[in-house]
Amino acid sequence: MFVRRTLPLLVSAVFGVALILQFFVPHPASKNFYNMMLDWLIIVSAFTYLIAVQSTVELHFTKIKRKVEGWQYSIIVLIALFVTAFLGVFGGAFMPTTLWMKIFPSVKPSDTTPLMYTYLYMQMPMQSTIFSLLAFYMASAAFRSFRARSFDATLLLITAGIVTLGRVPLGEFIYKGLPDVVEWILKYPNMAAQRGILIGVQLGIIATSIKIILGIEGKYLGGGK
Amino acid sequence: MLKRTLLLILFLILSISLFSENDSLIFLENQFPCEGFYITGRDIPNDGGSGIEINWSFPDSLDNCFLTVLRRDEFGNNSVVATDLLVSSKQVRDVSSDEEPSRVKDGIKYYYTGILSKKIIDENLLNILKEKSYLKNGTYIFNNDTFYVTSETDAVISKASWFNLSRIPVLISLIIIAFVFLYYLNLAKSGKELYIRKINGLDAVEEAVGRSTEMGKPIMYILGIGYVTDIPTIAGLTILSRVSKKVAEYETKILVPSYDPVVMTTAQEVVKEAFTEAGRPDLYNKNDIMYITQDQFGYAAGVDGMMMREKPGAVFLQGLFFAESLILAETGHSIGAIQISGTTETAQLPFFVAACDYTLIGEEMMAASVYLQKEPMMLSSIAAEDLLKVFIMLLIIAGFVISIFAFGFNIGLFKNLFDHLVNALQV
Repeated sequence: MFVRRTLPLLVSAVFGVALILQFFVPHPASKNFYNMMLDWLIIVSAFTYLIAVQSTVELHFTKIKRKVEGWQYSIIVLIALFVTAFLGVFGGAFMPTTLWMKIFPSVKPSDTTPLMYTYLYMQMPMQSTIFSLLAFYMASAAFRSFRARSFDATLLLITAGIVTLGRVPLGEFIYKGLPDVVEWILKYPNMAAQRGILIGVQLGIIATSIKIILGIEGKYLGGGK
Repeated sequence: MLKRTLLLILFLILSISLFSENDSLIFLENQFPCEGFYITGRDIPNDGGSGIEINWSFPDSLDNCFLTVLRRDEFGNNSVVATDLLVSSKQVRDVSSDEEPSRVKDGIKYYYTGILSKKIIDENLLNILKEKSYLKNGTYIFNNDTFYVTSETDAVISKASWFNLSRIPVLISLIIIAFVFLYYLNLAKSGKELYIRKINGLDAVEEAVGRSTEMGKPIMYILGIGYVTDIPTIAGLTILSRVSKKVAEYETKILVPSYDPVVMTTAQEVVKEAFTEAGRPDLYNKNDIMYITQDQFGYAAGVDGMMMREKPGAVFLQGLFFAESLILAETGHSIGAIQISGTTETAQLPFFVAACDYTLIGEEMMAASVYLQKEPMMLSSIAAEDLLKVFIMLLIIAGFVISIFAFGFNIGLFKNLFDHLVNALQV
């Protein structure tokens, strides 16, 4: 119990208070302490990547073993995982390793590394593909939201219509002052609502942090209070 | 022959005169129109040391001229601080950085001199100036260009501060917040009943889990792309605990695809504990809380694929979301899942409102742990937040009224009051 709950809560409290104090102390000693904390965060995160790899491998091996629906995709995931790791370790991340250049004499130090190649020509296009889907999802979500079923939805429809028109040249062509109206909507009612939400969020963050430091909030550690 | 000799002598004389004119520094008395103006140096207040601030004051007519600042330390070493400063910038900071860590050292005396010129002074002249241990205040000529050398500043020593005085408003706010929080905590301990309004999104948790169980479908819980150091992610983990407990009670399955390995391990622990608490540790499967990838759109694609294959009956999107929010929420909508979302990102809230059945807006998400447990100690934080909100609202109204009198009616007293208010709130 002490190791699983009391100790983590104690560590949270001590380092929580220490980092609040650190915010007010500009001395290099305080800065060093803060940097040390960041370094530890990186070290701990690095170890959890091993757990992540283990989780991925175990999950997909199980899928292949049990031949669950779509198990063939798991083979692709595992091949991609090991090939990328191999390319990164032996080929180099930003410049080709000596070993890589010995195996492939045509590779020069300035050449794109195999890992970077997979990033630029495989990962990036895939990222862009998924991101571009957003436009279609936006259209379908907007279509559903803008149906004037209630007063709120009608208000949303009218405002969205004005903002959309004001953002394209056609809007200015219809009425010269439309971009200014849009600017006003974004700058005042929209900003006021956003700030209201943000003030609430910041207070919520402070309250949650105080609860964590005082040990009142411990659900994130798992289990009861 | 005589003619040739004379020409050669003439050429030599000309060369010597040109050479001497180009490379010699000629001192003139009071030629540049800035006599009586000077530069000053001081230790940068509230910093971590290794920094000196240099200020200057010259007539406005010289705003387009350039200033070169030279530094001399107590051991007589000269160096250039900056060469291309516009006089109108009024200030430069001589600080050590990660690239140049030993630029200014604490405890050493430094003296600064400013050189005012109509164009940026060249490397050649800089080298000559750096070699001189002391430059007399006044106007000089080099390469037909006139420049003015200010008198040297007094000795300036940099030192590290132990307290950042500019952050006093933050400290005062922190003390007020802590005081209000502890006051309500005491009130809750003494048994006073505190009220919390109904949050539909959280009331719907049971409905969503129940519906999924009836349909024989799993529940998907997405924590977004935040890290465990982000408070919204912690709030998401708190809600996960409650959802997992319900899932265990209904004997159904929960899937938690994760973006960050630390969040994944924490989520595994949270779900495991919740299942144990519900008396069904046998239903817990570690592989249901899995790592996807730490690539934003890779994660979105992975989770979308999982949604399409597993067809969960309920999807929870609780945490920190960015551009992938609508991709996830629309996929969830397309498979007909009941969706409960929550985030603190104001830019993503409209997407969730459009695509999900229930949305926890900003602070509602933070209040979720309190709402779900309804413990008096936890409720005290909500009451404290509300009181602070009233205080902030009063401050905004006061600022609004003061600014109307200050700038609308142009009353000097209110202008001063407004300035004081802004200064007091500035960090």
